[in-house]
Amino acid sequence: MNKRLLWVSALVVGLGPAMSREAGAQSKEVVFGMQCDRTGPTEIVGSVACVGMHDYVDLINSKGGVDGYRIKLIDIDNQYKVPPAVEAFQREKEAGAVTMAIYGTPQVVALAQQCNDSKISCTSPGFGISASADGKRYPYVFPIAASYWSQAAAAVEYAKQQLGGSLKGKKIAYLFYDNPAGREGLPVLQDLKASEGFELSEFAVPPPGLDANAQALDIAQRTRADFVLMHLFGRAPSIALKALKGNGYPLRKVIGFVWASAEADIEAAGGFGAVNGYNTLQFAGVGTDYPVHKEIAAMYAKDGKAAPKEMQSTVYYNRGIAWAALHVQALNNAISAKGGAAPNGEEVKRGFEAIYDFTLGGIVPPLKITEADHEGGGYVQVWQVEGGKLVKKTDWYRAYPEVVQKQIKMAEK
Amino acid sequence: MFHREAGVFKTTYAADMSLFPLPVARKAIAVICVLLVAFIPLVCSEYQLSQFNLIFIAVVGALGLNILVGYTGQISIGHGAFMSVGAYTAANLAVRLDLPFWITLPAGGLMAALIGAAVGVPSLRIKGLYLAITTLAAQLIIEWTINHVPFISGGTQVSIPVPKPSLFGFQFETQRELYFLLLLAAGVATIATLNLVRSRLGRAFVAIRDHDIAAEITGIDIFRYKLLAFAISSFYAGVTGVLYTYYLGIANYEQFQIDVSIDFLAMIIIGGLGSVLGPILGAAFVTLLPIFIRGLMQSMGGLLMNENTLAAVIPNLRLTLFGVAIILFLIVEPEGLNRLWRNSRNYFRFWPFSY
Repeated sequence: MNKRLLWVSALVVGLGPAMSREAGAQSKEVVFGMQCDRTGPTEIVGSVACVGMHDYVDLINSKGGVDGYRIKLIDIDNQYKVPPAVEAFQREKEAGAVTMAIYGTPQVVALAQQCNDSKISCTSPGFGISASADGKRYPYVFPIAASYWSQAAAAVEYAKQQLGGSLKGKKIAYLFYDNPAGREGLPVLQDLKASEGFELSEFAVPPPGLDANAQALDIAQRTRADFVLMHLFGRAPSIALKALKGNGYPLRKVIGFVWASAEADIEAAGGFGAVNGYNTLQFAGVGTDYPVHKEIAAMYAKDGKAAPKEMQSTVYYNRGIAWAALHVQALNNAISAKGGAAPNGEEVKRGFEAIYDFTLGGIVPPLKITEADHEGGGYVQVWQVEGGKLVKKTDWYRAYPEVVQKQIKMAEK
Repeated sequence: MFHREAGVFKTTYAADMSLFPLPVARKAIAVICVLLVAFIPLVCSEYQLSQFNLIFIAVVGALGLNILVGYTGQISIGHGAFMSVGAYTAANLAVRLDLPFWITLPAGGLMAALIGAAVGVPSLRIKGLYLAITTLAAQLIIEWTINHVPFISGGTQVSIPVPKPSLFGFQFETQRELYFLLLLAAGVATIATLNLVRSRLGRAFVAIRDHDIAAEITGIDIFRYKLLAFAISSFYAGVTGVLYTYYLGIANYEQFQIDVSIDFLAMIIIGGLGSVLGPILGAAFVTLLPIFIRGLMQSMGGLLMNENTLAAVIPNLRLTLFGVAIILFLIVEPEGLNRLWRNSRNYFRFWPFSY
């Protein structure tokens, strides 16, 4: 009979919530909620970036927290699904989170309204709603990194430099993931096409993007593009890189947007040797040569442990650090503005809007977040695969801000 | 036990046709209703109510899918897409024509029913795995269409924000207010399904499931009833999509992809095919089990490892445990939670004199 099973399950169901209740909150504590994807389709990002976020918050706590406040980080995996993201939001809100890092574009889209209603500032660096750069329209959503519009503009600028300072009559190929995020770059490119005078050919890669051979063949042999802007996600970037190389296209003339630009993508495409010359856009510094890495390693060493292996996956790990650091900085601003009192969601929002001149030794772009501009300028760096590693090609820059601004204005309608 | 099933005499047709003929069942239902309407919204926090809300939405979709899969014996892997049809229909009507919630809700359902019936046409000729593939194709076609037709999708973002739902001049904004709206929706869906499956329509569905040729010989118009099953089931799916849209304040096709179709199939299989209680239990189970496993591990895992390792381990372990739990449940009771509930109820029926 199933009676025993029934009792056990009843017991477990009854006890679970009671046990999971948090221990009484400490007196000086601020709650920072984060969502993560360690098991869904983008686990390749989440399983590294979230470690970076944890490490940074631990580092701050080990140094005494923010103005004496210990940061309590609540980490919930949303599997890149919307209902668990809604659940995670509510749970973190109940736990008193004053700021949240949301993970995933559909999740940000679904939660944007609740962020506004609950007055909790939510961040979505490098993904999410491009139009949410407009702080007037999305008061509590903070992209805090270059949106796809800014990335498209920056990629065109880089192509222009590489092709001798003018794009007149050049052929630019846009190889993109055929979903809303992938297509988002298009309006900016079409706008620039008119003003810069290049020919734009569009190549959609249908999700999940496991075959890009036809597109690569066309780019390399028929269109003979002068430069390729590659905006792909997941496994698609590595597959497209292989296809482009296989069709004899020089990877020096390919630039990947921010989700096609990690060590993992390069490894999957055959390793650093195979994709030598490939250019990548980055919204956080790459490599382990920043002071914060030494501090984190020292923190681990104090406990007699080695730094986590995720630290070697520097693209995503560093993005995690930059992501967490901006939250911490916003909390810092909010607490100082209040003279040391615990901030609420509204004050943390103003804390984000006071972020200026905070680069953490160069790992974070020189953002200037204001009430109107939640993107903070849209800065990127280009790093190129060269001699077995990623080498910095440009410093922080942004391009065509007026074109991006025009899109933000148009989205208001 | 504490009630008698014998000696319940029915003296009117109405009593004979009532949904719950036994007094004990009626009392139990009344207690559950009081709990849901008066007790839970008073004692639960917003967070707990948000879990109820997600369950209520899932209940509507699972009940609908079960009409098709459990009662009519047809399969659909396209229900996620039918939800998106409902969601975008409602969102477009709400934004472009400024129509209120009480019109967009059934409109979304009806549009999904229409599309669902069209997708159901192949079911007249093919069954089983073959039908699964055609509905899978429908899922992908609908996704692609929404994604690429700006008239439907409302632009490159493919998401349309909608206002908060309002009914009879009352606007539902907080989780607590939405709780009542979604409870109403889930309640109506449940009662409708309970009545549907014991009607002429429901019996025809069951006859088709059990043996379609025999059903046809006894005079059931297979063409009509199979398409009706698809349409009704898709109507529920469409309504689910509309509820998700209004609950989140935005229609977005990325939340109705193929994994959603699979999740809903999982709900009805775990809950028990061909029952009304099954999908309800299944929806609650699939929604709550991951949350429960996470809570359990957060409270216990601290004894074994530090916080950061735990954060990395929990999601993976949770997926594993979720899979194991489902396998175990299905080994213990292949007919799902509904059967488990029946077994335990039957046990206590004769308790303590089980022989």
